[in-house]
Parts: sequence; C-alpha cells; structure tokens
Amino acid sequence: MTAYALEELLACALARLVGDAAHVAVGAASPIPATACALQRAKKGDRPRIALLHRRRGNPFTEGSRELFDLAGQGRIDVFFLGGAQIDGEANINLVRAEGRRFPGSFGSAYMYFAAKRTILFREEHSPRVLVPKVEFVSAPGWSAPGVWRRGGPQALLTGKALFAWDGGRRRFRLESVHPGQSLEEVRAATGFEFDCPPRVPATPEPTAAELALLRGPVAREIAANYPGFARRIWDLH
Amino acid sequence: MPLETPLPPNCTAFLADAAAIAREIPDGALLGLPPDYSLPAMEVVRALVRRKARELRLLGVPVLGLCADLLIGAGCVKEVISSAVSLGEAGLAPRFTATAERGEIAVKDATCPMVHGALQAAEKGVPFMPLRGVLGADLVAQRPDWKTIQNPFAAAEDPLLVAAALSPDVALFHARWADRAGNVWIGRRRELATLAHASRRCFVTFETLREDDMLEDELLAPGVISSVYVSGVAEARRGAWPLGMADEYPIDDAHLMHYARAARTQGGFERYLEEFVLRAGIPA
Repeated sequence: MTAYALEELLACALARLVGDAAHVAVGAASPIPATACALQRAKKGDRPRIALLHRRRGNPFTEGSRELFDLAGQGRIDVFFLGGAQIDGEANINLVRAEGRRFPGSFGSAYMYFAAKRTILFREEHSPRVLVPKVEFVSAPGWSAPGVWRRGGPQALLTGKALFAWDGGRRRFRLESVHPGQSLEEVRAATGFEFDCPPRVPATPEPTAAELALLRGPVAREIAANYPGFARRIWDLH
Repeated sequence: MPLETPLPPNCTAFLADAAAIAREIPDGALLGLPPDYSLPAMEVVRALVRRKARELRLLGVPVLGLCADLLIGAGCVKEVISSAVSLGEAGLAPRFTATAERGEIAVKDATCPMVHGALQAAEKGVPFMPLRGVLGADLVAQRPDWKTIQNPFAAAEDPLLVAAALSPDVALFHARWADRAGNVWIGRRRELATLAHASRRCFVTFETLREDDMLEDELLAPGVISSVYVSGVAEARRGAWPLGMADEYPIDDAHLMHYARAARTQGGFERYLEEFVLRAGIPA
C-alpha cells in the first residue's frame, strides 16, 4: 500500500462527492476542496469548471464579488463548499459565535446554501466541540419549511474522521464510511449529534495509485499557485 | 411619499495626500470599505488612526479584514456591519475578535449578497432589493433593515427577504489610476463602483495620475468610475500596502503574518501601531 496524507484521502473523497458537477465554486481558505475540484477535473478532462474565489492572480469574474451570488441565484453553480465553527445534526451551520468565542462571520453561506444545487459540508476537525446537537447561532439553516424557496441544500458532511450523507427526508445525517485508522466507536464519541448508522460501516476508500499520481503531479502544481503554504506542507512543492 | 436626500453629483477635489482624505471623513461616519483583496485604501486607514478618528461605523462590502482590524484596535470604531471580518490566510482578525468577544463594539452580522443588494437598491434609488435564500438564518431577526415580504407576483405563498437601501456616508478605496478629469480606474472590482454609486461621498487614493481622460479610451472606460461619483482623490503610492494590487504588487504575506501575531494582544497591537502607523511610511 502506498503511503498518503490524510489531506489526499479527503481530497479524493470530496472529488467523488463533486462527481459530474459542471460548475463548482470554492471559497477562500479552502485548499482541500480546491484540490478535490482540480483532481476531479484532472480525472474527467473537461469538467467541472472551477470558480476559485480568492485566486491570487486573475479571477473568474468581471462583475466584482457579487457575480458569484448572481450566478448562484440563476442556478449556474452546481456545487459549493461550506464549513462551520459548529455544525449540528440538522445540517445547520454556525460561523458567528460559539462558547463565548467570536468567529469571522457568515460570509455568503446564508444564501449559497439555498442557491447552489448542492453543498458539500467540510470540516477537518471532528470533535464534540464542532459537531454539536444544536448550533448556538444559525448562519445558514440545513433545511427550510415547505413554501420557502430553496434550490439546493446539504449533500454530505466530510470530516477528518468520517463521511456522512445527508438524508433530506429524515433531516438526519447517515454515516457512510469511516476513514482508515478510525473506528466507529471513535466516530461516535467524537460526534455531538445523533446520526443514522447502517449495520456495517465501510472504510472510506484510500487514494488509488492513479489518483495519487494526479494529485502529486498536475494537481499539486495547480494548487501551489494559490495555496503555496499548503502545497509546500503536503507535497514539499516550492 | 417620503423623498430621500438626493445624492449629489461631484466636482472631484484633488487633495494633497491620504491625510487630507482622512480629514474629510468625519467621526461617526458610516464608512463603506472593500475587503482586503479588493483595493483597500490602507494609507488613509493609517491616516484615520493618526488623526484619532472616533465612533466610525464600518460597512464591509461585503467583508472586512486588516482595514477594519487596525481601526478597531486603535479605538476608532463604534460599530461593524459586515458579512465577516478576517485576515484570510493569516487567520482571525485579532482586534475585531477580542473587542467583539468583550462586547466593546457593536457587530451587525450580514451575509454577502444582502450587502450588495442594499447598495444596489441605493444605486438605483429604490427603497429595497429582494433576495432569495437567507430565511431561517438567525441573521434575519437581528436586522430591522431586512424584512420578509410576500412575492407580489406569486399566487402561492412565497416569502422573500428584502434589504433596505443603504447609502454609506463615505465610500473609501484605492485605485490604480485617477485622471485629470477626476475619474478613477478600478478594473473588474465592480462592487466598488456600486459602493461609489450608493454612497453620499466617495474618496479614492490612487497609484498614478494619468493626463488623459480615461472615459475617452474604449479599453479603459469599462473599468472606470466616473468623476460624477468621486468627491476627492489623492495620490498614495503603494497605498494598499501591506495588501496587494493586481498586477502591481502582491500582498505582503510576511507582514500580514507579523501583524496577525503582534495584534493577538492589545500591547502587541500598540507596538505595531507605533512602528508601522504612527511613525513610519510605507516601505518601498
């Protein structure tokens, strides 16, 4: 078995979630989602189109930062990524405050969670502090009442320990897989909310040799342009 | 039907320097500012600290970073209205975080497209702008200037959030060029044009003064904000430093990391101010 970094496993898992999306937007400070999108395009050759919001040079937009929201409003963004200082079992996210601590703020989450066709929740830290029964502040709700316009919502939640799928009908997460080296018991202990669990939980697939070759070749070079620190840390790429 | 105070056309003033712009921004003003990646007028921000501006209300269009953190740490700010305040890759904005946690400044949380919408309403001279999404977020209850209405074109129930028009007292940002006619060039940062259009007054620092009228140039004109919206301009070479300007100079990552570490404590922040704001100019 080839050795790989956790970040590489997470990027491969996110790339599978991106799937056949045609247009993906990636927000600031998101090197692993950006890596996943670049990997998915390297695999498929032509898609997805990737709107990296905070590129150091260049920019996919000519109408300023509002253009992303206009694109999403029209239904032109298939996948967006969101995280949270807290995420709860109903897929609500909190980017504002928790346990007396102030976080940067909600950014465009309260809009993008509704307007993008799918949102992949991603937070590397998997702890009872982050995955809580109920968020202290709803920056963006995981679901909406009937009659409230909503094009999309959560697709899945990926953490450093496990992958959960979102069941919109039951408004609950369902454990899909546990990353190699983690046990179901560890995942349960680290998760502050209740979730559905199948009788047998598979392991999250490890990166294949082909995926690692793409990640460490063209993908690493692409990511280094916008996330130099990350590329240095993971791939020793200068 | 109430009529809003009309927004004035401008005769652009050519001011001596960033300090002259800082004197034009009164204490208590609602000040519209861009994010760190979109042409912040850092030299005016430093001049506001030097002139001991007080009670400013900062509007993030749509988010804020170093500009806001410096002003907050220096005691210039009463209220922040923004979708986020952070230093991006350099982490949390330390003075914003500390003062917000202690309740020393008021924070009105927003979400990016609602800020754009509020300014677009002011730009069009209409009372509000509707937007999809956001309903069910705790943000809504905290914002008396956001209201839920029924979509007047829908037969079925269709709640819609609207943002009241918002006209900042002053818009402030940096630009690559100004010209003798008082036009400024911001390229693709079109949210700055909306901010300028919506604001009562607009002050801009620039890197270089052009002798030509940019509105006469078909290639430059699409990136221009016409002087009709520009109250005053002043030269500030490397005026966005330590933040960057596309194609001119990159963000000074090492300096930003230094700031992020120094400003973790109020004492460290004050030493930073002493070294980089109160005494020093911009490193060449």
